Amino acid sequence: MLSRVTTFAIDGLRSRRVTVEVDIRPGLPAFTVVGLGDAAVRESRERVRAALLNSGFEFPSRRITANLAPAALHKAGPGFDLALAAGVLVASGQAPPEMLDQWAFVGELSLGGEVRPCRGVLAVAEGARQFGLRGLVVPVERADEATLVDDIAVVAVASIKELVGFLCGELKTRATRAALVSKATSNDELDLADVRGQEAGVGALEIAAAGGHNLLLWGPPGAGKTMLARRLPTILPSLQREEALEITRIHSIVGLHSTAGLVNERPFRAPHHTISSSGLVGGGAVPAPGEVTLAHHGVLFLDELSEFARSTLDALRQPLEDGWVTVVRGQRSVRYPARAILVAATNPCPCGYAGVGDRCRCSEPDLARHRRRLSGPLVDRLDLCLSLQRPAIGALTQSKGPTSEQVRTRVEQARAIQSKRLRGLRATCNAQMDSRQTSDLVRASGPALSLLDLAYNASFLSMRGHQRVLKVARTIADLAGSVTVEREHVGSALALRQHGSRLGEAA
Amino acid sequence: MGQFLQDQPPRSGACDGCLRRADLVARLGPHIETAHAMRLGRPRILALSDDRLIDELGGRHAGALRAGCDRFSTSQARAHAVAAGINTTCRHEHLHYPKALLELSDPPAALHWIGRPGALRELTSEVRRCAAVVGARKASEYGLEVARSLGRDLSEAGVTVVSGMALGVDGAAHEGAIEAGGRTVAVLGGGADVAYPPSKRRLHGRLAATGVVISEMPPGCRVWRWSFPARNRIIAGLAAVTIVVEAQRRSGSLITAQFATDLDRELGAVPGRVTSALARGPNDLLADGAVVVRDAGDVLDLLGIERPTLAPPPQLMPVQAAVLAAVLAGAETLSAITATVNDGDGVMLALVELELGGRVRRDLGGRYTPVGI
Repeated sequence: MLSRVTTFAIDGLRSRRVTVEVDIRPGLPAFTVVGLGDAAVRESRERVRAALLNSGFEFPSRRITANLAPAALHKAGPGFDLALAAGVLVASGQAPPEMLDQWAFVGELSLGGEVRPCRGVLAVAEGARQFGLRGLVVPVERADEATLVDDIAVVAVASIKELVGFLCGELKTRATRAALVSKATSNDELDLADVRGQEAGVGALEIAAAGGHNLLLWGPPGAGKTMLARRLPTILPSLQREEALEITRIHSIVGLHSTAGLVNERPFRAPHHTISSSGLVGGGAVPAPGEVTLAHHGVLFLDELSEFARSTLDALRQPLEDGWVTVVRGQRSVRYPARAILVAATNPCPCGYAGVGDRCRCSEPDLARHRRRLSGPLVDRLDLCLSLQRPAIGALTQSKGPTSEQVRTRVEQARAIQSKRLRGLRATCNAQMDSRQTSDLVRASGPALSLLDLAYNASFLSMRGHQRVLKVARTIADLAGSVTVEREHVGSALALRQHGSRLGEAA
Repeated sequence: MGQFLQDQPPRSGACDGCLRRADLVARLGPHIETAHAMRLGRPRILALSDDRLIDELGGRHAGALRAGCDRFSTSQARAHAVAAGINTTCRHEHLHYPKALLELSDPPAALHWIGRPGALRELTSEVRRCAAVVGARKASEYGLEVARSLGRDLSEAGVTVVSGMALGVDGAAHEGAIEAGGRTVAVLGGGADVAYPPSKRRLHGRLAATGVVISEMPPGCRVWRWSFPARNRIIAGLAAVTIVVEAQRRSGSLITAQFATDLDRELGAVPGRVTSALARGPNDLLADGAVVVRDAGDVLDLLGIERPTLAPPPQLMPVQAAVLAAVLAGAETLSAITATVNDGDGVMLALVELELGGRVRRDLGGRYTPVGI
């Protein structure tokens, strides 16, 4: 007897419909799974067999062949277990076939017959809606995630027994839950008010958040670089539902998403400096998203920037400019979103103490190497650069600065101004404007432009630097509520602009 | 070869004997290194005659060394030097050879230099218009800034800045002098065409273009440890004043200072913080009677040259003046400066204006230091 069950395979960040065909006929007892499955798919035979037997059902001792169609698509992971079990149950006549037409099944099985959570349920649910299915059967732990998609009925099953119950028409569906975006960031323990004696650092962080600009923090150990960077997500605008869905889809597919429902805070990713380029931008034999994609709509923090391999950092350049990355492996090409704010931190020298009295113990070649590593094309694209010093001891007892809440309000106001200006364009904040949009949309006063020209003529700025300073100045003006960019806004942007070329000469 | 060729062809004015001597010293390099390592006697060993040098240092290689010397062809050496764009002169040629060097107990026999053929004479003939600026390789920001401004201001006042093209203070002094037109002389321990240290390749090229790079060693010669004290005696010998900017207690710059004292030349030192190891050298010299050097004016006084009247710096806006005062008082980062001067965006604007006006400098990491002294 033959049964057909619908399920979905994850390909990049999308799901593709897969039909599991199970055929049972007389012959020597055997269970074969064909259709380009990976090791986890092949092992699923053992899980399905044990789960059925341990749940009190019969595992037919006949010749069983399962095919995952389309046969040309690579399929990975244990998420096909539930569909296979349903196929075997229906094909062996232990469950009625009626529900199979309109429902998709996804989930991993334990040997005892429990249904375990699996990855990528949100993408699967979106696929199910796209194919016009009535509903989706998922593990209980993933039910909230699946209900994020409208127009799809969701049934949560905890075991094989419940699965059979559903196939016999006994189980109730869950209601979709539309609004799950909570306004408050759940990361309550981090707040900008904890940062003392770093007013300029807090200011630069606010500008970075308001315009989506990348930031380089520079300073000796203990100056508070990491402390500041970790607080950037707390002052970014609250997530829109669309953004939250995107983050949830990505995190669910890579298995980062452990809680139920929608991700409601912006990601903060801080990969170690030993990371490879495919780890950072995505890749691998089976393409997987990299850290820059995991940081989508959030913050990518690279601590000890000078320790990262040069090639790794250069690979990051295109994704940061374009907001997406295309990974090509063999015949497959996958496009991942990569719109994150990059925050990099570095010590002023390899030992970290340059400029702290004469405590620095680095040799001149060490320093030169350090500077060289920090002068690549990626660093050139960091719009804001700020030097931090350890705060004086008195600063630690000073009154608190603004809270994350207060700063976020200002950031959201500045973003609102920007989205009005950028309406209808692909760019959503100042940092994403291309050069034509910058010259079309940024209005600067005469004195502001003359200061920019002065800086340009003093070979203080390159042509690209000119554009970038203008974008940062626009953000500063937005924060100040100014319609045109004034001289002091350009001044602040220039003061926050790094320029390595000049130091290179003195080396 | 030939990368330093100028518009005019290089002149080779050194006599055969002196070229032969330079070649011999280069040949003896490793032997002097051993003698130096065993502290048999400092570079004054170079005062010995050719034969005695071979006897003292050659040991069992004396025969081979003599044979090598006999094979040496002066015409070939001259052709080589010309092909590499290197000028030569020797102590027997009074027109080009700096007379001040003859006061040394062991003056270099031949001098090889890169630059215009007339430049050596222009820059070094008058010892009262030469000042040596030397100091630590691992200098602090402060030391580099002082060396740079001394180099710039002295060169501007028509004083030749002599130094050793080393990392740190030496290089900064040359850079400053080049900024102001390039009245500067670099003395190298190896061949004049060998950029040592290699990281100073660009500076070497610029020095060759605007100033002079000189060496007593033949072209292509490598450096030994003894090359540095030997080079230092030439630096001290060329200048009427030697200024030590920053130096630890066991620093080569103090050897230069010793040579200057032995030659009865003036010695100046730039005071530093008493807690800094880099200030020990100059502060010790000051305690022993060296002249305090705070700016180029102090050096000009020592040389007996009138201080040039400086154009008054342009008027600053109040906020600019306040920011500059904060930077002069040691505030380095934006946080520190905004903590002192409370004027929001105005502070950043003032900083940028001061930077564009050349009053403060910002390093790669965004730390501010005042320019000039």
